[in-house]
Amino acid sequence: MGDTMDEKLNNTLDRDRAVDYALRRREVVAQLLADRGDTLVVAGLGAPVWDCTAVEDHPLNFPLWGAMGGAAAMGLGLAMAQPDRRVLVITGDGEMLMGLGALTTIGAQQPDNLAIVVCDNERYGETGMQLTHTAGGLDLPAMALAAGFATAAGIRSDNEFKAALPAIREGRNAAGPGFWSIKIRAENNAIGVMPPKDGVTLKDRFRAALLG
Amino acid sequence: MQANQGGVDPVDWTGAIYSTLQDWQVAQVAYVPDAGHSELIIRCDRDENMRLVPLTTEEEGIALLAGAWLGGQRGVLLMQSSGVGNCINMLSLARVCRFPLLTLVTMRGQWGEFNPWQVPMGQLTPKVLADADSLVFSVDDPAAMGQTVAGAARMAFEGPAQAAVLIGQAVIGAKSFGR
Ligand SMILES: Cc1ncc(C[n+]2csc(CCOP(=O)(O)OP(=O)(O)O)c2C)c(N)n1
Repeated sequence: MGDTMDEKLNNTLDRDRAVDYALRRREVVAQLLADRGDTLVVAGLGAPVWDCTAVEDHPLNFPLWGAMGGAAAMGLGLAMAQPDRRVLVITGDGEMLMGLGALTTIGAQQPDNLAIVVCDNERYGETGMQLTHTAGGLDLPAMALAAGFATAAGIRSDNEFKAALPAIREGRNAAGPGFWSIKIRAENNAIGVMPPKDGVTLKDRFRAALLG
Repeated sequence: MQANQGGVDPVDWTGAIYSTLQDWQVAQVAYVPDAGHSELIIRCDRDENMRLVPLTTEEEGIALLAGAWLGGQRGVLLMQSSGVGNCINMLSLARVCRFPLLTLVTMRGQWGEFNPWQVPMGQLTPKVLADADSLVFSVDDPAAMGQTVAGAARMAFEGPAQAAVLIGQAVIGAKSFGR
């Protein structure tokens, strides 16, 4: 069923290339969150939530179980409220595409402690691996740059990822908001550990850990 | 700023809203502008303790202010009634997590509206917000603005709850583009 659809999209979108991408999402997110210190994390719905929770069900993670399109804007509100903390938004390409306007809102505010990381598998993974626009010529980092991000880059190899890691993780000296789109292999992982689903619990434990 | 229809407006209702925002130390003022909010936006912009956050669409404001609250700041969301239609799914974030959400909605398409395109959301706004679990307070008398917004802010921030104040066209004046 989905296949027929994708065959038609095949004229403009590439259904094959992401299957061979070198970087794997679980390893990428594990490295992003290793020795995270006091970093504040917002995770976009679906696989990014499972990836972050696989590292640790940390009280300073805010895993979204819905609110598709809201992760970057939520990161902005948090980054402005906590200007001395690194705020890391880890989300999917589909989630980011639903909230593209937020990139321009971030560009207008210039929070220097905010990093947006898109785990770009060129798929709506959670709903059956349908192709997203990034499977075509869409260049998310170029959009972020045009929106006013101080730093924006696409990452395809382990070397590029290793080189970018310090900038992604260390926000304080950044010239402005940063955006990284990490091309990751299109693959299905077992969900593994789930964070709490209750939104009030997630909110209360985050605020308790951050604000005391 | 357009005065109340039919003469001099003796009530500084924008000032009443602004002082409530000051009382609650509102730090993030998120908005998609409406003419009815223009004076409030100017006042907030002059306040060094308030950060203006213009949005591209109103739903961004719901996620933004949830993030602000996670980080220990209070905010307010300003929009016109058509913007409520842009918010529905994102309101589930406020509802499920019980984030405080103070929204001030200037009404169009409610009364004396010359533009039929404003009417659908103008008429739907109170129903849709109530269905989404928001408290809804309507103000049609400028003199009631101060106490209504203060009461809504208290319920929003101390609930915490979603609280929307609908600022009626009787307060802001029906826009006619000079017709
Ligand atoms: C408003 C809305 N539309 C659609 C969905 C269904 N949905 C849930 S997750 C998802 C795809 C997320 O894709 P992406 O952000 O690329 O993450 P991935 O799973 O590929 O890592 C979709 C479409 C939803 N939850 N909310």
